[in-house]
Amino acid sequence: MYENDSTDEKSWITPFNVVAGLIVVIGLVITILRFTGGLATVTNLSDYNPWGIWIGFDLLVGVALAAGGYVTSAAVYIFGMKRYHSAVRPAILTGFLGYALVVLALHYDVGRPWRLPYPFIVQQGTTSVLFEVAACVALYLAVLFIEFSPAAMEWLGIKRARNLVDKLTLLLTILGVVLSTMHQSSLGALFLIAPSKLHPLWYSPFLPIYFFITSIIAGLSMVILESTLSYRYLKHKMDEVYLKEKNDVTLGFGKAASFVLAGYFIIKFFGLSSGNDWRYLGTGYGIWYLVELFGFVALPCVLYAVGVREKNLVLIKWTSVLAVLGIVVNRFNVCLIAFNWHLPSSERYVPHWLEIGISIFIVTLGILAFRFIVTRMPILYTHTDYKDSH
Amino acid sequence: MSISRRKFLGWVGAAGLSTVWSGPASAATTKHFEGYPDSLGVLFDNLLCIGCRTCEEACNKVNELPPPEQSFKDLSVLDQKRRTTAKTYTIVNRYNSSKGPMFRKIQCNHCLEPACASACFVSAFKKTKEGAVTYDASVCVGCRYCMIACPFEIPAYEYDKVLEPRIMKCTMCYPRVIKGLLPGCVEICPTEALSFGKRKDLIRMARDRIHRYPDRYVDHIYGEHEMGGTNWLYLSGVPYTEVDMREDLGVTPASELTAGALSSVPMIVGLWPVLLTGIYAINKRSDKIAKHERELAVDQAEKAASEEAAKSKAKEDS
Ligand code: SF4
Ligand code: SF4
Ligand code: SF4
Repeated sequence: MYENDSTDEKSWITPFNVVAGLIVVIGLVITILRFTGGLATVTNLSDYNPWGIWIGFDLLVGVALAAGGYVTSAAVYIFGMKRYHSAVRPAILTGFLGYALVVLALHYDVGRPWRLPYPFIVQQGTTSVLFEVAACVALYLAVLFIEFSPAAMEWLGIKRARNLVDKLTLLLTILGVVLSTMHQSSLGALFLIAPSKLHPLWYSPFLPIYFFITSIIAGLSMVILESTLSYRYLKHKMDEVYLKEKNDVTLGFGKAASFVLAGYFIIKFFGLSSGNDWRYLGTGYGIWYLVELFGFVALPCVLYAVGVREKNLVLIKWTSVLAVLGIVVNRFNVCLIAFNWHLPSSERYVPHWLEIGISIFIVTLGILAFRFIVTRMPILYTHTDYKDSH
Repeated sequence: MSISRRKFLGWVGAAGLSTVWSGPASAATTKHFEGYPDSLGVLFDNLLCIGCRTCEEACNKVNELPPPEQSFKDLSVLDQKRRTTAKTYTIVNRYNSSKGPMFRKIQCNHCLEPACASACFVSAFKKTKEGAVTYDASVCVGCRYCMIACPFEIPAYEYDKVLEPRIMKCTMCYPRVIKGLLPGCVEICPTEALSFGKRKDLIRMARDRIHRYPDRYVDHIYGEHEMGGTNWLYLSGVPYTEVDMREDLGVTPASELTAGALSSVPMIVGLWPVLLTGIYAINKRSDKIAKHERELAVDQAEKAASEEAAKSKAKEDS
């Protein structure tokens, strides 16, 4: 694919670039349709189904998968797991890009995107969970930007500001954890207001806790997955420290993910019994619920544990794919599949292909931005000027 | 590293759980709200409704909504399961109930503690003291969370508008009511199916009807307590589920459903930094101790080595 694109200037017409370029062009066309024809021209949203995949995938899944930033920086800077240090920068970068793209996606989804700052500057709806989400996401995006900035400044050679930001590391990390705890859980809390629309198996007063814990699983799994993909395609950008710590990161994060998944499984079970929802398990939704619980929670939990025990890195990597899929399944269930379950199928939502087009477009932008930055800035290696600073 | 993973998970769990088990706090919620004392409302009695759709027409006219797809004279649409849309604030549907055809009029119920208002992150909705729940399009961002929140599936959205899409819903003719006029639908209704008045009087009136004709009405005023109560009330001759009105909504107002989660905010903001700084300090200190011990060990080793050397030197010398 594009391993040698930075060494060989002439070969930039690679299959990857062609496909990415095509997606970008299509994405831009849909963008024009969206902003000239309104939501009705490109989405299947309706009065019964005001939220589609731009919320279910781009917002809910996006924010969860971008949790690697706070999880990794907390592990290294607060919990003192210094041996994972080389994983921090890629995780922060993924987080930053993830949140930036979430905010970009929201511009497509809301009716009047130019008013997105209104909740802060015009009128504050403080009784709204969404207000909390918006405030935290906005602040956290700023925090991630600052956390990411040293890499950019090292690249640009702005030393003094870079060192200043470096001194703020602990403060920023704590801020990141606080803001993430709040909005990761609040994304689940968004649905607390609609007990009559969300299927009882998924509706639970514990939704905020579920969302928060799964964000840790998502964060850990994404770090593993992202390091695997980077290794495959961007190996030449990695220094010895990164390469040396890489397997350690995979094992350590896999182990942590296995523990968190186990905890999550237990509290899900506890939540199920406290809600006394057993009687739904025999229905179609019940079977789907069990598929989620066993196939996307228990299974990755066991596979991670086995992988760590046998030091089977390949297994851990594939498990991270399964765990990430599990997050997608969970967020889709809460927001789309188990939501509005009471409606007849004719009123249910199925995404328009142009909606899917925008979601793919936005993910592609993220990958392109990631590649652009990683091939230029010290993300997967330490800048020569700062070798001893950790 | 000096924190065991189990401990870490313990904290994570505790922090998350606080979002549920911290009771309602002042910041996020109001106490249970009984409604403004003299607020107004409408009582719909489905035993008196004849399904003529003139209320739909009047609503369309007084609110200057776009012309309908099918003429208001066309009664065949009654059998479709229609809902409120961006072009229709109110709808009348017909259901085949156990007592023959029965009608249901749908529009915003003007909840005492509206879910839409509680959900909106720019406070676009306002519960007026007159009872109507009004909407201010000039601040609306178009996130549509109000539509997710409304348990009665009322707010509709102008998906086809590019620049100024609005949430559309019945206003209980607030502009007319404050001028002393009746809501359009109430004014036009040829029967007594719709009555306008103070909510508390309407409840008394409804009770009275149930009391006088116990075999005609079901003994339940819909909206008296549903979702904390609404200003639009209903009387029915058949169980409400037969006319597609949900009886499983409960009596908890929407604001209380999210209050617990919101009230955990100050807790997270207050506790997390202290906790995290503490953990950091412990780790830093154990790092320091480890370093110190290492230095001590090196020191001792060096000392021992030099003593050894001195000894062997002395031996050699002797
Ligand atoms: S019925 Fe729905 S739109 Fe009307 S006030 Fe209640 S929550 Fe708001
Ligand atoms: S769509 Fe408008 S009115 Fe509804 S919650 Fe969002 S900002 Fe508020
Ligand atoms: S105008 Fe009155 S009788 Fe006619 S459909 Fe409306 S509520 Fe029923």
